[in-house]
Amino acid sequence: MTKTNDFNAVPRSPSIDKVGVEERVARFQSRSIKNDSKMQGLHMVLNMIDLTTLEGKDTPGKVRQMCFKAAHLHDSYPDLPTVAAVCVYPSMVRLAKSIVGDFGIKVASVSTAFPSGQAPMNVKISDTKYAVEHGADEIDMVISRGKFLSGEFSFVFDEISAIKEVCGDARLKVILETGELSTLDNVRKASDIAMYAGADFIKTSTGKIQPAATMQVTYTMLQAIRDFYDETGVMVGMKPAGGISNAKLALHNLVMVKEVLGQEWLTNQWFRFGASSLANDVLMQILKTDTGAYQSADYFTID
Amino acid sequence: MKRIEVLKTYKIYIGGKFPRTESGRFYEATNASGRSIANMCKSSRKDIRNAVVAARKAQGAWQERTAFNRGQILYRIAEILEGRKSQFIEELMLQDSTKKAAQIEVNDCIDRIVYYAGWCDKFNQVASSVNPVSSSHFNFSSYEPTGLVGIISPESSSLFGLVSMLLPVISGGNSCVLIASESKPLCAVTLAEVLNTSDVPPGVVNILTGQVSELWSPLSSHMDVNAISICSRSAYIKDIQIASADNLKRVRTYDDEWDVQGGQGIQYITDFQELKTTWHPIENIGGSSSSY
Amino acid sequence: MTTKNNNWDYAASVESTAHIKLNKKYALYIDGKWVEPSSKKYFTTHNPHNEERIAEIADANDHDVDLAVKAADRAYKEVWSKISASERGKYIFRIARLMQEHARELAVIESLDSGKPIRESRDIDIPLACNHFFYYAGWADKLEYAFPNQKKEALGVAGQIIPWNFPLLMAAWKIAPALATGNTVVLKPAETTSLTALKLAEIIHASGLPPGVVNIVTGYGHTGAAIVSHPKVAKIAFTGSTAVGKLIQRSIAGTTKKATLELGGKSANIIFDDAPIDQAVEGIINGIFFNQGHVCCAGSRLFVQENVAEKVIRKLKHRMQSLQIGNPLDKNTDIGAINSAEQLSIINKYIKIGIKEGSEFFQSKCVLPKKGYYCAPTLFINVAQSSVLTQEEIFGPVLSIQTFRTVDEVIQKANNSPYGLAAGVWTDKGSKIFNLTSKLKAGVVWANTYNKFDPSSPFGGYKESGYGREGGLHGLAAYLK
Repeated sequence: MTKTNDFNAVPRSPSIDKVGVEERVARFQSRSIKNDSKMQGLHMVLNMIDLTTLEGKDTPGKVRQMCFKAAHLHDSYPDLPTVAAVCVYPSMVRLAKSIVGDFGIKVASVSTAFPSGQAPMNVKISDTKYAVEHGADEIDMVISRGKFLSGEFSFVFDEISAIKEVCGDARLKVILETGELSTLDNVRKASDIAMYAGADFIKTSTGKIQPAATMQVTYTMLQAIRDFYDETGVMVGMKPAGGISNAKLALHNLVMVKEVLGQEWLTNQWFRFGASSLANDVLMQILKTDTGAYQSADYFTID
Repeated sequence: MKRIEVLKTYKIYIGGKFPRTESGRFYEATNASGRSIANMCKSSRKDIRNAVVAARKAQGAWQERTAFNRGQILYRIAEILEGRKSQFIEELMLQDSTKKAAQIEVNDCIDRIVYYAGWCDKFNQVASSVNPVSSSHFNFSSYEPTGLVGIISPESSSLFGLVSMLLPVISGGNSCVLIASESKPLCAVTLAEVLNTSDVPPGVVNILTGQVSELWSPLSSHMDVNAISICSRSAYIKDIQIASADNLKRVRTYDDEWDVQGGQGIQYITDFQELKTTWHPIENIGGSSSSY
Repeated sequence: MTTKNNNWDYAASVESTAHIKLNKKYALYIDGKWVEPSSKKYFTTHNPHNEERIAEIADANDHDVDLAVKAADRAYKEVWSKISASERGKYIFRIARLMQEHARELAVIESLDSGKPIRESRDIDIPLACNHFFYYAGWADKLEYAFPNQKKEALGVAGQIIPWNFPLLMAAWKIAPALATGNTVVLKPAETTSLTALKLAEIIHASGLPPGVVNIVTGYGHTGAAIVSHPKVAKIAFTGSTAVGKLIQRSIAGTTKKATLELGGKSANIIFDDAPIDQAVEGIINGIFFNQGHVCCAGSRLFVQENVAEKVIRKLKHRMQSLQIGNPLDKNTDIGAINSAEQLSIINKYIKIGIKEGSEFFQSKCVLPKKGYYCAPTLFINVAQSSVLTQEEIFGPVLSIQTFRTVDEVIQKANNSPYGLAAGVWTDKGSKIFNLTSKLKAGVVWANTYNKFDPSSPFGGYKESGYGREGGLHGLAAYLK
């Protein structure tokens, strides 16, 4: 292993005071995003979405429809960006790639026995290999929360390192499943482990556990990214996933990114929203801002 | 042949020692009919300075003793005083008290000391508060001693007024520099001897005799004195308040005649306390419930 | 599809002033009536953001103050001391409700007149002011529970003099407990920030409070001096500078007037290496830049443990870059205008001294508005204990940073000050917190937080930061004998 992939290189994580985090988050939420900033922000949000379907009942038909939407968010309105990526199970990667690839939309695949991660290492490796070989641009792995909570931090670290090797050119997003980590101290520690183990992105949640991407959790992870950058000079991306279903919350997330990390992170290279229903609310807000009239869901497709 | 009595030399009390005044001066204390009863130290501004240094040195450790321990020590004062009652009665009589009045005064003093001994580990419990703030914070207020208190005893009383002013100050963890009644100074010095044999740490109480007219000023203008306790008949109240403003001493003024019933209470302790309020965040207030 | 970096800034989002009602001219509120000042003199209050005139304010002289005190004395003797405690409480509740109804208007006026950001006046000052009235309203008929076995009585006329940093909030801190304990009031707001106190007079008038129970007289220092020296005033409650506090103590010497003084500070904010660092940085920001640093308990002396100093300072500088400075009425403004040209020149004087002393100097890179009184958030790093910057209260957005190595060292240095208003301690270790909170000589100690206020929480200082407490149960004592 290289030095950057040495578990002993992970620094002691600072403690997190939750009440202080809540107060800071309230400050982000009191930012008033109006007019041009709002329009620009909403466009950015659309372009940062990982449009997601991760259900046991997913079919090629469902994935096909979602992929079409990813490239055609609301064609009646000019100059809208596409989403950043679609996020699917490994079995759907090839299909998704065939639809969105030409639009420059990435295909992200969950892996490592998503969502629980309760599988042997060889299964996780082959799960990941399968997705990469089928054309996944990005891998969304889950960490072993059980191991983390029982204090086997080096196991978690080694697992991430191993998956990172399998990823090849695919960018690795590491899902911490913060809703199961119970404290912000744990969220911070898991973030540090993931980044030092080689994560390109850290991601809050699978979407299967509540709470998911609360602003408190996202803020804590953004601070970890900031510190990692200050220590190593390496930029890591952030992906809150689950629970961000309206435009206002998404804009407040962008405020956090801007104030904690800086403008450099305000691109889908470094920031994503994992969401299934966020896009339509953002679209409705864009049209409302443009026309002045409040919008109805009937006019926005629900693929 | 008649035995020659051993007469007592009245000295001052600084830092647990009984020096004479550094000025080497004395004045005669007399009774109402003008008869000399003792030669007293006529303390100087330098004695004030030395006493303040001793009191400052002693204060932190006295404050940090457990409240229970302070109560034990104060109770010990009462015990020792009880055993030396007759000496105080004699001195009070020398200073124009009737025997009966002297006996009552000494008893009242002992009881007052016991009263404040009992308060040491209770006043903060009674007067503190937990404050229900509207945010996720635990917030409580409790008392800490003001620090170093200058006490100017009432002129009219040799012992009871002094005890009434001294005890609330030290029960709350302050140290003090006390100026005895100029005209009735005997008991103050003898009380110092009691204090010195009662485990009261050196410097917690310092007692000076002399002329208030020359001592009020160095005491109330001293920048390391935090508060002044004085009685309303003092001729120097206004001057003391003005001098005290330089470092914002808390100046507390009381009646000269200390009431046996009403002249004691928690408020006399909290008069020389500073309220400190402490905040700390509480995680998850209103979140996960503790009920089941 | 990826996009290039986005340069995303917040567009102006300015709070509307359409709904506020302000007169061109304000007289004195005495005995339930608006009274012309006997001198006919008025002075102008300005908007520190653009230096424009807002209104003309009456300048009360000795005669006007005498009228106000006599009205308060009469109201005390004839009305306020005679009505039942529960009725007294109900009046205070009414005032609280009316203030809530006017909350947004009060917030906008406060920001216009004082220069503080609308976010603070809207979210902090005004709600706290309303809540203060609510809190004390409920005490009016429960005073016997506050001080058991002590017979407590009202004092009479309370003369109250308040500063310009929290105009309405300080008025609430003064008036609410005075009324709850059965006193009547003559209050003087600061000359640069009289407007919300005058709006409060309108609210009090609308509440039907009997005439003379609350009187608001505006003016400069001479008006305050007239209140302090008036023989019928039984109590002085003053918030302001330590120098004026000392003058007050001297001028009431020899009288039976009671005083509470809430004065200056140079509070230590202490960061240990095991602190929740990011929250501590936020606490530093909140400690020194809240209300442009015009806060008596501002954490203006920062002590950072040496082994984390570099990191903390780096984070602090980074965080300062995201502070928005400008129009107080913009909802995104974090740091508004300095209250007056005079205060700005005092702050700038200290900044000059700091630069001359040679400490490392840092200001966040921001474009200050061309007009108005503005000061960029400022750090002085590696400042000595003996520097003027660590000794004197600056009352502006200027932080002096010192490092320390051990617990004992930092306690000594933190206490090495004539002031003793507040302190902050940041560490993850409970026993260390209690060690510090018990040894720091300060009336308010914030552990792992800073600059928190609540009506139920007593506030006030040790040593030259004044005496007496405001807020909470203990705040009642200041208005009782």
